[in-house]
Amino acid sequence: MAKDTSLILMIFLPFIGSAMAAFFPSNARNAEAWLAGAVTVCGLVLASMCYPAIVAEGPVRAQIEWLPTLGLNFTLRMDGFAWLFAMLVSGIGFLVVLYARYYMSPEDPIPRFYAFFLAFMGAMLGIVLSGNLILLVVFWELTSIFSFLLIGYWYHNANARDGARMALTVTGIGGLCLLAGVLLIGHIVGSYDLDVVLASGDLIRSSDLYLPALILFLLGALTKSAQFPFHFWLPNAMAAPTPVSAYLHSATMVKAGVFLMARFWPVLAGTYEWFWIVGFAGMASLLLGAYFAIFQRDIKGLLAYSTISHLGLITLLLSLGSPLGLIAAIFHMTNHATFKASLFMAAGIIDHETGTRDMQRLGGLFRFMPFTATLAMVASAAMAGVPLLNGFLSKEMFFAEAIETHADSILDRVAPYVAVLASAFAVTYSIRFIHGVFFGKLPDDLPREPHEPPFLMRFPIQLLVLTCLVVGIVPGLTIGPFLHTAVTSVLGLATPEYSLAIWHGVTLPLLMSFLALLGGALLYLLLKNYLAHCEEGPPYFRQLKGQRIFERVMVAVSWRGARFLENRLGTRRLQPQLRLLVAVALIAAAWPLYHMSFGLAAFSWNLDDAVFSGLWAIGIFCAVGAAYQAKFHRLVALIFLGGAGLVTCTTFVWFSAPDLAVTQLLVEIVTTVLILLGLRWLPKRSEEFQTDAIRMAARLRRYRDLAIAVAAGGGMTLVAYAVMTRAAPPTIADYFLEKAYTEGGGRNVVNVILVDFRGFDTFGEITVLGIVALTVFSLFRRFRPAPDSVESPEQQRVQNATDEARPDRTAGETVSDYLLIPAVIMQWLFPVIIVLAAYLFFRGHDLPGGGFAAGVAMAAAFILQYLAAGTRWVEDRLRVLPLNWIGFGLLLAALVGMGSWLFGYPFLTSHSQYVELPLIGSIPVASAILFDLGVFSLVLGATVLMLIAFAHQSVRRLRASRIAAAEEETA
Amino acid sequence: MSATILIWSITVAQLFLLAAMACAVARMVLGPRAQDRVLGFDALYVCAMLLLLTFGIRTGTTIYFEAALVISLLGFVSTVALAKFLMRGEVIE
Repeated sequence: MAKDTSLILMIFLPFIGSAMAAFFPSNARNAEAWLAGAVTVCGLVLASMCYPAIVAEGPVRAQIEWLPTLGLNFTLRMDGFAWLFAMLVSGIGFLVVLYARYYMSPEDPIPRFYAFFLAFMGAMLGIVLSGNLILLVVFWELTSIFSFLLIGYWYHNANARDGARMALTVTGIGGLCLLAGVLLIGHIVGSYDLDVVLASGDLIRSSDLYLPALILFLLGALTKSAQFPFHFWLPNAMAAPTPVSAYLHSATMVKAGVFLMARFWPVLAGTYEWFWIVGFAGMASLLLGAYFAIFQRDIKGLLAYSTISHLGLITLLLSLGSPLGLIAAIFHMTNHATFKASLFMAAGIIDHETGTRDMQRLGGLFRFMPFTATLAMVASAAMAGVPLLNGFLSKEMFFAEAIETHADSILDRVAPYVAVLASAFAVTYSIRFIHGVFFGKLPDDLPREPHEPPFLMRFPIQLLVLTCLVVGIVPGLTIGPFLHTAVTSVLGLATPEYSLAIWHGVTLPLLMSFLALLGGALLYLLLKNYLAHCEEGPPYFRQLKGQRIFERVMVAVSWRGARFLENRLGTRRLQPQLRLLVAVALIAAAWPLYHMSFGLAAFSWNLDDAVFSGLWAIGIFCAVGAAYQAKFHRLVALIFLGGAGLVTCTTFVWFSAPDLAVTQLLVEIVTTVLILLGLRWLPKRSEEFQTDAIRMAARLRRYRDLAIAVAAGGGMTLVAYAVMTRAAPPTIADYFLEKAYTEGGGRNVVNVILVDFRGFDTFGEITVLGIVALTVFSLFRRFRPAPDSVESPEQQRVQNATDEARPDRTAGETVSDYLLIPAVIMQWLFPVIIVLAAYLFFRGHDLPGGGFAAGVAMAAAFILQYLAAGTRWVEDRLRVLPLNWIGFGLLLAALVGMGSWLFGYPFLTSHSQYVELPLIGSIPVASAILFDLGVFSLVLGATVLMLIAFAHQSVRRLRASRIAAAEEETA
Repeated sequence: MSATILIWSITVAQLFLLAAMACAVARMVLGPRAQDRVLGFDALYVCAMLLLLTFGIRTGTTIYFEAALVISLLGFVSTVALAKFLMRGEVIE
């Protein structure tokens, strides 16, 4: 297989697997595990296949064009370092999948777990393999999002929700900073391609923007790697299921930060600023993490702080700016991944088998699970840096680097002491973990009887611990060559000589190791009794909770700050908002016009315009009347609005836009009915505002508003006049007029634009229309009318009372008699209007009409039926299924659009020809007509759905009152 | 000659239709009852339809009759809805 294909597969397989995993049934634990296992193994195999090429020819690359005009490509690139990480991510991913199969309980929704897990893995592989900085940031943010989902997997648990939110906030903010930093770097270098950036180290370091870019970049990396002072999210993320912790906090999520620092090490490191920022963060994390870890009661808490500490160690190594430090850092990344993953899994097994992770409650488990205990002991020893294990090797390299002087400063001078002290703490917490859990008195109040886990659940730990041992004993034969490939891919020709041996003779680093081992053991003896009963958290620091500070800040920013701003700047009253909007628009428009003249043409008038002017006088009169009556006489305002709309439609005809006129007329009619339907539910006019004594201030305010309105309206008129009186520049309309028949096969340009040239826009618009209709519908499902409009309108009460009072009439007779003849006509008009709709529809391609107009006309037919005979009568006789029509219309439009793919054309390319039909004659058959049918169906469905939402409101009220009456009777 | 007569008669017809529309709007403004306003509104629609027809005759194309057709077939829908609203207090029950 070609190398670039395998790279692309490596990225996409996890995401495809994730999408598949999401659709498995919720109890398919085995199937999910097989799927996820297969994906991870594929990742491993694909990565391994690339290895010979990397050794022989250097980085393997793959490129898909993404936004080539912006210089952004989907570039993937795997060099030795990326390869090492890809192997870690897939390999430990596989082990975690296996482990999770036994860890997750049958009650947990398994598809969600594996879907998120695989997507997270894909995102992590994306970070590792990205060959483009922007792409890298995209994957970086994806890991933040999926880690949020994974940490919050048990979302019924408040801790999990809080932890997930905190992780997302911290790493998300870091991600944004990283994006800014990457943009700066890209700006300095002039390219976002990783290879180009990696080759421009001197350019970046000498740039003026180096410091801001560095700080932003490091904010991203340090938040992700949970380095001081952003470390607090990591312990809170322990509310995640243990397989998630084992994956996120050993090989992936937190490693992304240090991966990034190592990736950009040749470009950014080596300066004084880098040394101070990274070195301080690393040293503080190393020391504080190790110190805090000692005092944790929760096993996972201990491991979390230990992770912070070990990542601090890696960060510190990276800060030094020496190639040997980088080698040690990369080596420790892999070592830490192996032993920390196995320890998290062991913690999960202990939790699983005993029901608790509290070290003060646990003890003596060695008797029940000797095998697991042994494995955990070996892994802890690797964590503590005991000889013959992999942790020892990298830690010795660390000591050797700590002694060296890199950038003479106080930070550099204290480094050896801090290193020894932190290592001693590491020994202490490792011993505490082992001694506290596996030895000592067996507690009698364990929630469950402990026993060994199933073999396959223990298998991942066994494999990882074996790795620790083998790497620790024969490093040169096992990890050596791979490490060398990784290191040379970062350092290139600057790779120094180094040796991965256990024994270098009696050197200072060896002495430091033994000092740390001894000191740590002694410290544990001293603290043993205290630790058995102490509170959670280290002494003194216990009060200073990062979590608490974080929450305070969040509350201050997102709650109090927002409230403050809302109180100061916001208002819920519509009038000031509108006033502000109109005033700003007025000023924004007046400003440029004031500086550059209007260029108004002279006013001219002739008799031909007399009719049109008269028409417009009527229209203006209606519009002003509507505005004037809108406040207190809604019905009158609505009638005036209808008059103004009618004049507008006539104007369209006058300006030879019959298409627009037809559609607008139909919309006008349907809208009037819909608003009338709504009027019923609006509150009654309040009498108290009608007093004559309007205060002076209110009067002044109204005059001011009137002045603003007149100024804005007058300005609008002037602008319109100025635009309409000058010669039209050549517009896109000419193009459409020219091409409509030759390319769209229709003579109605508007319709051809809608269904062909701008078909994609129309598709988007009808989708929006469908969404609007659904929203109206769902809002009405929950609609509770205001108290004063709940009961029947006055007219109905009077008429019903009359019916009941007179002996010769029955209730409801008035309504059935009323409008009797019009009602019959309206019912008979139903087929006639259907013919009109069909006429509009089929003519649409060449002459005025089209799917939209036809849809609205058809909706008017339905409205008439509802008007004539009422909801129940209609729905007993017609199958009104607006939801299905909407769905059908949308699907049809999409399918027709996609149909052109079959013939190798872009989405929504239309094909047209004329077909001879008996009786009807020659009709145009364009594939666009099917698309138009979709538009028709959707418009009809959307309009009828809104209509029904209103109409059913009355039916529901009647039903509710009948039920209430029935209840009263029975009571 | 006949063309001149036609043009003039159409212009006069249009002006009269316009006057009719003005009267209808006057009814919509003055009322006094809501029923009067609705009637005025309906008359306005009918006048507008006729105005479109005269416009079509004047320009000599049938393409504008479409709009007149829509008014004549569906223009009464809003009138009916208004009538129903006035009589029953809600449009659809």
